[in-house]
Amino acid sequence: MESKLGLDFKKVEYARGLAKNIATDVQSFVEQYTTVAVERTLCRLMGIDGVDANGVPLPNVIVDTLKDANVLGEGALFFIANAMIETGMCPQEIAEHVAKHELDITKVVTRDRKKIMEALQPVIDSSIERIRTRRQRREHYLDTIGEGPKPYLYIIVATGNIYEDVVQAQAGARQGADVIAVIRTTGQSLLDYVPYGATTEGFGGTFATQENFRIMRKALDEVGEEQGRYIRLCNYCSGLCMPEIAIMGAFEGLDVMLNDALYGILFRDINMQRTLIDQYMSRIINGFAGVIINTGEDNYLTTADAVEAAHTVLASDLINEQLALMAGLKEEQMGLGHAFEMDPMLENGFLLELAQAQMTREIFPKATLKYMPPTKFMTGNIFRGHIQDALFNMIGIWTNQGIQLLGMPTEAIHTPFMSDRYLSIENAKYIFNNMRSIGEEMQFREGGICRRRAAEVVDNTIRLLEDITKEGLFTALEKGIFGDVKRPKNGGKGLAGVTMKGENYLNPFVELMKGKR
Amino acid sequence: MSEGLYSMEAKDFDKTLDLTKIKPYGDTMNDGKVQLSFTLPVPCGAEAVEAAKQLLKQMGLENPSVVYYKELTPGFTFFNCYGSCTHTVNYSSIYVPKVESNVMSMPDTDQYIREHIGRKIVVVGASTGTDAHTVGIDAIMNMKGYAGHYGLERYDMIEAYNLGSQVPNEEFIAKGLELHADALIISQTVTQKDVHIKNLTNFIELMEAEGLRNKMICVCGGARITHELAQELGFDAGFGMNTYADDVASYIVQEMDKRGMK
Repeated sequence: MESKLGLDFKKVEYARGLAKNIATDVQSFVEQYTTVAVERTLCRLMGIDGVDANGVPLPNVIVDTLKDANVLGEGALFFIANAMIETGMCPQEIAEHVAKHELDITKVVTRDRKKIMEALQPVIDSSIERIRTRRQRREHYLDTIGEGPKPYLYIIVATGNIYEDVVQAQAGARQGADVIAVIRTTGQSLLDYVPYGATTEGFGGTFATQENFRIMRKALDEVGEEQGRYIRLCNYCSGLCMPEIAIMGAFEGLDVMLNDALYGILFRDINMQRTLIDQYMSRIINGFAGVIINTGEDNYLTTADAVEAAHTVLASDLINEQLALMAGLKEEQMGLGHAFEMDPMLENGFLLELAQAQMTREIFPKATLKYMPPTKFMTGNIFRGHIQDALFNMIGIWTNQGIQLLGMPTEAIHTPFMSDRYLSIENAKYIFNNMRSIGEEMQFREGGICRRRAAEVVDNTIRLLEDITKEGLFTALEKGIFGDVKRPKNGGKGLAGVTMKGENYLNPFVELMKGKR
Repeated sequence: MSEGLYSMEAKDFDKTLDLTKIKPYGDTMNDGKVQLSFTLPVPCGAEAVEAAKQLLKQMGLENPSVVYYKELTPGFTFFNCYGSCTHTVNYSSIYVPKVESNVMSMPDTDQYIREHIGRKIVVVGASTGTDAHTVGIDAIMNMKGYAGHYGLERYDMIEAYNLGSQVPNEEFIAKGLELHADALIISQTVTQKDVHIKNLTNFIELMEAEGLRNKMICVCGGARITHELAQELGFDAGFGMNTYADDVASYIVQEMDKRGMK
């Protein structure tokens, strides 16, 4: 491919190689461990769902039992399979008996690997088929009713009440949105369980639950058929339940999931070991389910300066890309993140933003790039904010972004009103249509501001990746290179849920799902 | 040309400014012009426009005019409207409580601390409760600061500890005690369903229950916070929109001096 920006692709490939070394280093750590969240995910893949008399999800009941008995390292599947053989019950019945203290799965007779696999196989097959059917359903919609042109218009709903969210989401879809993200309630990322059932109370968002996923999926299918355009549903595989949310999304037909390898560490103070192990399983599931993952590099620029820290975004995109490849995700499923976050008072700031967006496009040509709108310098002046969003939209269409997260004029004031979304969608549709082919028409002047900026960011990225290669990602995170946020390797939330895999450990889903369709 | 472009209305009202009876200004004193937009939960049509006009009248707006309307989704119609406000406000009798301190530059604040307090002061900050946003506390505390105003971490005479977001109030207070904080500062970004009011109230209650309320200066801030609200909730001061680290630092050091905290 010829670079419109005159990028030196040899340098880019060198940077990619550095990122690969960093990711390989992380991966060799990750593969030795499991976590409570990964094991709860496997329980869900065994068909275990529902809550006990105290409202505790049954996957938590099973995994807590194993953790309390200090045998979590052997893995949930080992104990469930042995219990299936001994009792003749299905996994759900086993979980219900464990919840009532009628069965201790840590005390059942253990069988050999062959017997265990025989017992598990039918359940494994049915889960795999369930996910595959869901994916095919999406593919069928895309083949029949189709989808909107890229960049997809992405809007959020955040009422706290899933039924009110449905009204907002359907309205947004009718106005032209292609992706509806249901923002999660504040604090859900720090819960070490996934709440159960439909929910109507939340702060700044709505609980991610399997039932809420189902309700919204149905609503979007309805409005998609009515509009003749498939509407994608987005939620968040971040926090302490990454892979669990991924499996619930895979079962219920979600299309896009925030799933960053580093975001939770930096911005939710979740332990880095925990997050890196969890993201691996979570991405394997998303890869198999045909889900586009979004990464959260845009967030670095809300705490660090967007001009000075641009290279940290690219470095992180490259690392996220390599970790995603290792989990079997296709490039098309990578919604690598970047953002339009420079101070609007900066002279020629638009040109720097344009250069970086074009650079990201050229470095990740197949990725469904996720482009984030201005948030940090949105002031409450809704009139200027609407113009800031317009400049952002111009770059989105100019550089052919994958998913355009629409900025709202009322950013920094309130979660969007129905009319805010209308104004934002109208803004984007106007600009996308009016400037549709500008990217093909315009070139970047040799030696000009844009070309120089892109080259500078690539050079700085290489320098940063060389440093990280020397000391490893864990140390780099401890030093605060991303988003100016420092996190200790053994600090943060959720470390107690990490455990070394034991000799009986098994998770056949990794091989069944990774890179498969 | 459309007649709508020019206002042909007779301007037969008093055009002198009277601060005891002010009203909005469009292009003529006392014209009362107001623009507003809203959505009504009704289908688009003549009835919807009439409903919007009646609503404007009830808001005290004369000559209500709906200049644009659009159905957002079946059953919801959006309006852009204008009208002339009939209400007035007595500006000359208004009193608003404000943070009473002189805003000083960073070097002046450092110098003030050296001269009046004679030791480094300790400020501990966080976004407490369920609020996951660090943008506010970072703007005040981070070395880099925000919009050209350096954060508290850069002050020579301030030891600043930024505990980040989602810090429970109990933990925040415990950390403040451990670090011998002179001031505790809380940022709140999420304000949906008044969650910030509940959280800030909870903080003050905990401080009072522990008998600490008067031992440290308690400050809160955020885009939806005002000094008046902060005082109502029991804080010493509140910092809203367009206030920066220098506003907060200047207040804290002058208040410490006033209270004789050494």
